[in-house]
Amino acid sequence: MRARSWLPHPTLTLVLFLIWLLLMNSITPGAMVLGALLAWSLPTLTRAFWPEVPQVNNSWKMLGFILLVLGDIVHANLVAFRLILGPTRKLHPAWIEMPIDLHDKFAVTILASTISLTPGTVTVEVGRGHTKLLIHALNAEDPAALVAHLKQRYETPIREIFE
Amino acid sequence: MNIVIEAIIAILLLAGAAFALVGSIGLARLPDFFQRLHGPTKATTLGVGCTVLASAFFFSSTQDGLSLHEILIVVFLFITAPVSAHTVARAALHRHVKTTERTQGEPWRH
Amino acid sequence: MIEMVIPVALGMMSLALLLNLFRLLRGPEITDRILALDTMYINSIALIVLYGIQQGSDLVFEAAMLIAVMGFLGTVAVAKYLLRGDIIE
Repeated sequence: MRARSWLPHPTLTLVLFLIWLLLMNSITPGAMVLGALLAWSLPTLTRAFWPEVPQVNNSWKMLGFILLVLGDIVHANLVAFRLILGPTRKLHPAWIEMPIDLHDKFAVTILASTISLTPGTVTVEVGRGHTKLLIHALNAEDPAALVAHLKQRYETPIREIFE
Repeated sequence: MNIVIEAIIAILLLAGAAFALVGSIGLARLPDFFQRLHGPTKATTLGVGCTVLASAFFFSSTQDGLSLHEILIVVFLFITAPVSAHTVARAALHRHVKTTERTQGEPWRH
Repeated sequence: MIEMVIPVALGMMSLALLLNLFRLLRGPEITDRILALDTMYINSIALIVLYGIQQGSDLVFEAAMLIAVMGFLGTVAVAKYLLRGDIIE
């Protein structure tokens, strides 16, 4: 969706409208009118706070990515079950530095959040200039392989979606 | 109520409680702070997600019309969980919280 | 079936909250305590939602939503304070 002067953040407006309808938990004409008014006025009044509009190049790919991440969250949580309940002496915790080549701040945020949500890894720090992430892994016997896995599975689709 | 929906709700409730419990066990028994961070941030979030989804199914089937506002809680938790984990982890890094000796690699210190 | 499952789930959630309480009291680092509080508010959302299902009442949704919002803000504010000594930079 393209930004216009009277509609600075079309995607945000759509999301706010949907959130309002969900909060009201009903689709009555009154809720829709008030929701549309709020969804239009909030981004317009606060446009000075977000000058940049995140660009989504490929909405279908984004849907696929969300489903991939949801599936990974469930699958990896089952793996984490075993790690947490098993003997703690067998864990191999590690600090991992992951180089990234994303330029968009929003894309870096999405990548860092995705890594934190999939069990076994938490993004602890973002390096200056958004060139690397510091990750703590609960069980990484081979850090290099983990970095390659994360890059291939999450960074590549994110770059295709946002850049 | 339909028996299939009832079974789905029961499974979601049990799975949710199990995820939340395992996340909390991880918080209680793992040996250092950065390892403990892994339990609650994900397992517990997924646990609440399952419970809230069960609630959405339950109220959609007992009341007339869909009840979808529970999904807002899940979406909100899934957006905020990585952010709060990240800020708490940065605070711990800043305070030089110790990790177990077996931890490989070195964190950056500012 | 649901009537049988809910007490089990409530028991497991309560046990989870007790484990969080153990970590909150034990520490040893202040960040451990923040993490324990963070987990406690998330678990209490699940507890409230379970109670709502048991009572068949949709009214607890607002309470759960408010706890989710306030809990997140609280965690970030305290962590930010530890990081900088200021909440608002």
